[in-house]
Amino acid sequence: MTQRVLVAALVMVLAGVGCGLTEKATPFAMTINHSSFGMGEMKFEAGDIVRFTVTNADPIDHELIIGDQRVQDLHEKGTEAEHGSVPGEISIPAGETRTTVYKFDEAGTLFFACHLPGHFAYGMHGDIIVKEIA
Amino acid sequence: MTRRLMTVLSMVTMMVLVGGPAFACGGLVNPNGSVSLVKTTTLAAYADGVEHYVTSFEFAGGGAEFGSIVPLPGIPSKVVRAGDWTLQRLVQEVQPPILFKAARTSAGAAEDSAQVILETRIDALDITILKGGGDEVGVWAKDNGFALTPDAPEILDYYASRSPIFMAARFDPAAAEELGQSLGDGTPIHLVIPTPQPWVPLRILTLGLGEDARVDADVFLLTETKPSLLPAPDKAMRLDRSEAASDFLLSDLRSDKGMKWLPANMWLSYLKLDGPVGEFNHDLAIDASGVGRPSPVAAGLRLPLKLPQLPPTQSSLAWPWAIAAGLGFFLFKASTAVLDR
Repeated sequence: MTQRVLVAALVMVLAGVGCGLTEKATPFAMTINHSSFGMGEMKFEAGDIVRFTVTNADPIDHELIIGDQRVQDLHEKGTEAEHGSVPGEISIPAGETRTTVYKFDEAGTLFFACHLPGHFAYGMHGDIIVKEIA
Repeated sequence: MTRRLMTVLSMVTMMVLVGGPAFACGGLVNPNGSVSLVKTTTLAAYADGVEHYVTSFEFAGGGAEFGSIVPLPGIPSKVVRAGDWTLQRLVQEVQPPILFKAARTSAGAAEDSAQVILETRIDALDITILKGGGDEVGVWAKDNGFALTPDAPEILDYYASRSPIFMAARFDPAAAEELGQSLGDGTPIHLVIPTPQPWVPLRILTLGLGEDARVDADVFLLTETKPSLLPAPDKAMRLDRSEAASDFLLSDLRSDKGMKWLPANMWLSYLKLDGPVGEFNHDLAIDASGVGRPSPVAAGLRLPLKLPQLPPTQSSLAWPWAIAAGLGFFLFKASTAVLDR
């Protein structure tokens, strides 16, 4: 019984955190066209919570993967077909729009990319510069 | 009669003994299948406002399917099996074969998808003529199992802005097996396309190639007078032959299946394409009228002021045609060779 209560409490806390993230998130819209994100660099501040809304205007599928080099390497070699449950990782089917919320915890350089076969090499990637809070 | 017989026999012998060069004018759109496309052979001919497109597809084998997309300057009125030696005879004209050198290795769409104008099967090839914008054709291709490469959206839009007509060709390995086709066998296709302004698609040769890859292709032109070309030939698109076509060549071509319409006198131009992918971000416009002003729009160097107006399609068997007076005729064949990074 105690276990159930703890689990329920944990779920509520996590849900609350999730809702909080979404509510505080700054909207950021992107459109993918001709297999291009349309930008080579994004800039945020440490602590920023960003709600990425990505529209895929192409007739082919794409994805947006946000993370450090390790994350990018993992996805470039990986075979996971669908993304959506991990913050900063979404699949965007042809002609559709998807959202993901990501919190930039620390200052540094991250990357965004599409790792579907051949897409990274075609140029679907860029840098994310996360600065210290001014 | 004896000369004709000997000519045909020599060409058949050449086809059996000599490995043909690589041709292509279509973009491979299914790179992940277990079948690897060896070559796509394509020729087109233009006379009296009608373009005759002859394309041959060859494959390496495996159990999956492959697909190829070819942009077209207009809606074809007829898609049939082509003759067997037209392509080889043109190659022979500029590259005399060495007969003893080597033996031949072996002879339901979405609503926003493109409009299917014609579907036909030629041997083991499923041919679909599509009309639609780049996105629509891309959606159709995706819905029909073609795996488009990341450069496809831009290239499809590039062509659709001038002529929203595409040919999708897909080889069915099971049908090939039933027909007893061997690996490397080619299936020649002949399309008859009424169009007032012919052009040769070159940029499609780069589809699916990395920026470090090269295009290696041959283009044949036959026109009633010496043609004006845009872009003008340069290092990457070298004009290797420019002369009156011999009666012998024209007679040989005319003797192939479906080629009797060939005019009596032609000017032969042979262009050798050899350069990095970045050199081929355009097509080849041909003005065979003698005016000497090939269209920058047809060359893909400039967008049209408005989208091309095509006749409405009512059925796959009844197409209205607006055929302008033709002043020339061209044939081309092209090939690609990928040099991986």
